[in-house]
Amino acid sequence: MKLASKVLAGSEEFAANRRGHLDALALVSEAAALAAAGGGASARDRHLSRGKMLPRDRVAGLLDPGSAFLEVGATAGHGLYDGAAPGAGLIAGVGRVSGQEVMILCNDATVKGGTYYPITVKKHLRAQEIAEENHLPCLYLVDSGGANLPNQDEVFPDRDHFGRIFYNQARMSAKGIAQIAVVMGSCTAGGAYVPAMSDVTIIVRDQGTIFLAGPPLVKAATGEIVSAEDLGGGDVHTRLSGVADYLAEDDAHALALARRCVAGLNRVRPEGPARVAPELPVYDPEELIGVVPPDLRTPYDIREVIARIVDGSRFDEFKQRFGETLVTGFAHVDGWPVGIIANNGVLFSEAAQKGAHFVELCSQRKIPLVFLQNITGFMVGRKYENEGIARHGAKMVTAVSTTEVPKITMVVGGSFGAGNYGMSGRAYSPRFMWSWPSSRISVMGGEQAAGVLASVKRDGIERRGGHWSAEEEAEFKRPTVEMFERQSHPLYASARLWDDGIIDPRKSREVLALSLSAALNAPIRETRFGLFRM
Amino acid sequence: MFDTILIANRGEIACRVIESARAMGLRTVAVHSDPDAGARHVALADVAVSIGGASPAESYLRGDAIIAAAQATGAQAIHPGYGFLSENPDFVEAVEAAGLVFIGPSARAIRAMGLKDAAKALMAEAGVPVVPGYQGAEQGAEHLAARADEVGYPVLIKAVAGGGGKGMRLVETPEAFAEALTSAQAEAQGAFGNPVVLIEKFVASPRHIEVQVFGDGTRAVHLFERDCSLQRRHQKVIEEAPAPGMTQAMRRAMGDAAVRAAEAIGYSGAGTVEFIVDGSDGLRADRFWFMEMNTRLQVEHPVTEAVTGVDLVAWQIRVAAGEPLPVQQGDLALTGHAFEARLYAEDVAKGFLPATGRLAHLRFADGARADTGVRAGDVISPHYDPMIAKIITHGATREIALRKLARALRETEVAGTVTNLGFLGALAEHAGFGRGEVDTGLIGREVDALCAAPVPGTSDIAWAALVALGLTGVPGAKSGFTLWSPLRRTVILRTGDEELRVSVTSDGAAHDVQVGETVVQARFDAEWRLDGMRAPGWHRAGDRITLFTGHGQVFDLVDPLQADAQSTGGGDVILAPMPGLVRAIVASAGQVVAAGQRLAILEAMKMEHALIAPRDGTVAELLAVEGAQVEAGAALIRLESEPGAQEAGDTGAAS
Repeated sequence: MKLASKVLAGSEEFAANRRGHLDALALVSEAAALAAAGGGASARDRHLSRGKMLPRDRVAGLLDPGSAFLEVGATAGHGLYDGAAPGAGLIAGVGRVSGQEVMILCNDATVKGGTYYPITVKKHLRAQEIAEENHLPCLYLVDSGGANLPNQDEVFPDRDHFGRIFYNQARMSAKGIAQIAVVMGSCTAGGAYVPAMSDVTIIVRDQGTIFLAGPPLVKAATGEIVSAEDLGGGDVHTRLSGVADYLAEDDAHALALARRCVAGLNRVRPEGPARVAPELPVYDPEELIGVVPPDLRTPYDIREVIARIVDGSRFDEFKQRFGETLVTGFAHVDGWPVGIIANNGVLFSEAAQKGAHFVELCSQRKIPLVFLQNITGFMVGRKYENEGIARHGAKMVTAVSTTEVPKITMVVGGSFGAGNYGMSGRAYSPRFMWSWPSSRISVMGGEQAAGVLASVKRDGIERRGGHWSAEEEAEFKRPTVEMFERQSHPLYASARLWDDGIIDPRKSREVLALSLSAALNAPIRETRFGLFRM
Repeated sequence: MFDTILIANRGEIACRVIESARAMGLRTVAVHSDPDAGARHVALADVAVSIGGASPAESYLRGDAIIAAAQATGAQAIHPGYGFLSENPDFVEAVEAAGLVFIGPSARAIRAMGLKDAAKALMAEAGVPVVPGYQGAEQGAEHLAARADEVGYPVLIKAVAGGGGKGMRLVETPEAFAEALTSAQAEAQGAFGNPVVLIEKFVASPRHIEVQVFGDGTRAVHLFERDCSLQRRHQKVIEEAPAPGMTQAMRRAMGDAAVRAAEAIGYSGAGTVEFIVDGSDGLRADRFWFMEMNTRLQVEHPVTEAVTGVDLVAWQIRVAAGEPLPVQQGDLALTGHAFEARLYAEDVAKGFLPATGRLAHLRFADGARADTGVRAGDVISPHYDPMIAKIITHGATREIALRKLARALRETEVAGTVTNLGFLGALAEHAGFGRGEVDTGLIGREVDALCAAPVPGTSDIAWAALVALGLTGVPGAKSGFTLWSPLRRTVILRTGDEELRVSVTSDGAAHDVQVGETVVQARFDAEWRLDGMRAPGWHRAGDRITLFTGHGQVFDLVDPLQADAQSTGGGDVILAPMPGLVRAIVASAGQVVAAGQRLAILEAMKMEHALIAPRDGTVAELLAVEGAQVEAGAALIRLESEPGAQEAGDTGAAS
C-alpha cells in the first residue's frame, strides 16, 4: 500500500534538517573533489603533455554515453598518508560498456605514478570482489609503477596484498568473468602481471610499457642499456612477445578497442527477479534531507525514507504489528522487487525474530534485500538478557550471514554495535554498502564508551580510597569521546573502505537501483541457512 | 475524354502529371526503368510497366516500348512530361500512328521551333521581335561594320567557332569597330583556326523572361510571364512570376508577341516563349527579343499555376482530348507573386557536381508546395537528373512570397546527400534579389559568397556532439549518473576540413558542452534546449550527422577505431616476414604504388611469398637486392612517408 508521509516540506524543522544535511554533504563533496583532482594541477598537466587522457576522462571514454558510473571508494585514502593518495590513486566503479555492466579499475598515474599504497591494494581488491560476486567483467586501465616501495611491508606479503590481485584475476577468468587490460602507461614489476593475467590485453603504442624490471633495474642487474619502448613497448609486446594482443594508436583508440572487446563477450544476463515497469516515488527523493534529522539522537519514522526511495512510494509492510522497531516489507526499486529491512529503534528479541523470518522469506523467493541501517544496537538489561536476546539476535545474524540473495546495505543513521551485524554490516558481505554523510559507525556511542572506561577507572580509584571529581572524569572522558567522534565519521570510515562510499541521500534511490542492477548480473543461488538457535 | 493516360516520364514531373490526372478521375500508367522499379511515380500510378534498363536510351527514350505499354494497358493518350521524348516530333508521329493521342503540340509545331535559326526567321515574319544581329558568309570588314550599324551599338563580335570568351569583343562605338574586328578575327584564327565572326546586339543587363502560352491548335492565350534570370551557367535556379519591374505595357507587348508566336505555328497545349530582355534601363516594351520557344510543359510551370490558379496539366489533358481552350484571355488574371527554387543533390563546394546518395531523411516545409519524385529512403542515382524537389511559394506580394521561400528552404530537411539547399537559401535571402535586381549574371558575379559553406555556431557544434553521443533522448533518472563530479567525455567531429574536439560533461537532464572556450548549456525541459534555445532537428546515419539548421549542416563523427595502428604496424618499411631468399624485387625506387600491389617476392620454406604495399604511396628506396638471403624482420623496401602523395596524383590526373 502507498505510504503516507506525515512531514511538512515547508516546515521550520524540515528546513533545519536540510541545512544540517547540506553541511555534512559539503564536507564529503570537498573530499570527493580532492580525490577526483588526483595528484594536482602540475601532475595532471604533465600527464596531459604526454598525450594521455586524464584518468577520469579515460573512464568516461570507456563508458557508453549516458551510462551511469557507480563509483566505489570515491574518497578512499582520504586523510591517509598525510593526503598522499587522493582517491587511493585508483578509480573504481560499475558502469555500462557496450550495453553491459562492467567493473572498471583505472589507475591514476597523477598520484605518485599510480603506485599501490596499502589502501590502493585494498580498493583494488574490493573492486575485484564486487566484480567476482556480481559477475561483472573487469576492465583494467593500467598506468601504474607497481607497489609503493616505502610501504612494501603493507602491500606485498599478506594474503590480501598485491599478489591477491592476480589470484583474483585467475579465479575470475576461471569463472568466465572476463579480464580485459588496457595498458595506457607503465605496468612495472608486479604490475606487469595485470595485463599478462588478463584474457585480452590492449596496449597503447609509444606509451604503454610492460616489463618485470624497468630500464634502470635492468642496467643495474645486467648492465644492459635498453629503452623502455624496446624493452616492453606496444610494438614489442604485440609483435614479438605476445604479452599484448591489440596495438592502439592512442588512448581513445585503445578505449574503443576495449569497447569492441566487451561487445564481443557473448554474455547473457541471468534470469533474475521479475522486474516490473519502474515508477518514480510519489514523494520526491529531494525531500530525504528534509525529512530525516541529521542528528542521530532525534527519532523519526524510517517509513519517511522508504516512501522516498521505492517505486510509487508503495510498501507492502510485513508483520507491521510485531517487533515494531524493525520495519520489514516488500517494495520495488526501479522496477526490481526488493525486501526492505529498516530500523525504527533499538532491536528487541521480537524484532530480531521478525528480521530472521523476513530474510528467510526473501531467500525463499529470491528477492534481493535492502538494509536501511539506523541502529544503536540490541536492547540491554536483565529482562532482555534473560529472555535470550543474544539467541534471537543470533538468529537474525545467522539468516543475514547465510542467505544467498544479494544484500545492499545503506547506512542512513547510526551503525553501532551488534546492530551493525544484524543489519548486514561490512563483515556480512553485502554486495554494496553505502553511507549517508550524516551517518556514524562505531562499536558503540562515544559517550557510552567513555562512560564504560570512566566507570572502570572510577571503580579503581575509589577502591584505592581515592576521589575522582566530576571535572576530572569529564577531562578523562573527553579524548575518548573525541576519538569516537572522529573515527565514527563516514569520511573516516570510507577512507578505510569500511563501506563502498558516501552518497548524497537524495541519490539513494539511484544508488540502490544501480547496485541492484549490478548485483543481478550474478544468478541467485539456493540458500542453505545455518543452524538457528531456537 | 480519355479514361487512361500513360506518363512517359519519371521523377517529379511524372508524379505531378499523375496527381492532376487522378484528380480528373483518370487511370494512370507509369513506365519505368529497372532502377526506378520502386520509385515514387511508380507507386503513385495505378499501373506500372517496366520498359528497360537504367540508361534513358534503354528505357525512357524508347518510344516503341512506351507505345507498346500504352496499348497493353489500354491508355488512350501519352503525356511526355518534359525532357526525354517531350520535344521529339518523330515520337509524336509514332504515337499518333499507333492511334493514340500525344498530350502536347503537333509534330509540325515542334519541328518549326526545333531549329533555332529557322524559328527566329519564322518569328520575325510573324512580327515577333528577335535579337538583332548578323551571321553570314560575307565577312568583309566594311560589310560587318554596316551590319553592326544596323544592329545598333553596343554590339558583340563573337567567333562563330568560339567559346570561353576567345575571339569575343564588346564594341561600344562605331569608331572602335574596325580595330576590335581585326583583333577578334586574329584571336579566333589563333584559337580555333577559323576567323569567322558574327555580330550580335549586346544586351548589357540581360534578363531571361518567358511567357507561358496555351493553345488549342488555332487560338492561344498567354498566362503572363515568368522571370528566370537567376541562372547558373544557363541552368535556371530560382524562377518567379510575375517578373520584377514588369509594366502593364511591357506585359501586354510580350504577351501579344508570345500569342502571335504560338498561333503562327498552330500551337496546341502548353508552351513557353523565351525572351531576352535588356534590363539595364528598366523594362521597356521595345527591349525584348525572341530567343526560342519550348514546346512542352516547363519545369517552372508551377509558378504560373500559383499566380493564375490554373492547373496547366489538367488543361493539357482537356485540350488533348479535343476540348477548346478553357478560358478567354480576358478571364485570366494575376494574383500575387510566386517563386520556385530547384532543390538538387549537388555538391556546391565542388563546382555544383551532381551528387548521389540515399535520402536518409527528407521533409519539406509546411506552407510551401513541394513537387517531388522522391521520398525519404529513395536513392538519387547517377542515371538521372539529381533533382530532389521544386519548392514553390505564393504570397500576396513579391516580398511575402520570397520570405516564404526563404523560410521554406530553411525548414527543408534533407540528409543522406549533399544538396544546393544552402545556395538556394543564400539566394532567397540575397539583398539585391530581394529588391528585384535580377539579371542572368548575378550568380556568376557573386558565386563565391553564395556558395560559402555556413560556419556552424557553437550551439550547433554542441548539439552535433550530443547527437554523436546519443544523448538527445528523454534523459532517465540514471542517465549520466555519478555519485559526485560528473564525467567529461570528448568527441571529435569533422565538418568541412575542420576537426573539432568537443567535451561533454553530462549529468542526467543537463549537459555542459565545451566547444573551444565556450560552454553551451544543454538542458532538458520537455525538449532539449541549448542556452535556452530549442535544439534543431537532426538525422544520423552511421557516423554522419546532419543538423537541420542553417540549410543543413553536416558533421562526421571521427571513430577512434579508424585509427588502426596495426595495419600500419611496420610503418613505412616492408619487412621480411621470415628468413628467405629475395627472389625478385618488382618495385623500383620512385615508383608510385597502390595498396595491395606486389613489390617483391621472397622465397622461403619452399614457397614464394608476395610482399605487398600496405598502402598507397611511393617507393622511396630498395633496401635489398635480388638474390640476397635475408633474416626475418630485415628491411626490404621503404615507402615515402608523405600522406599527400596520393591526393597530388589524383589532382594531377584530373587537370
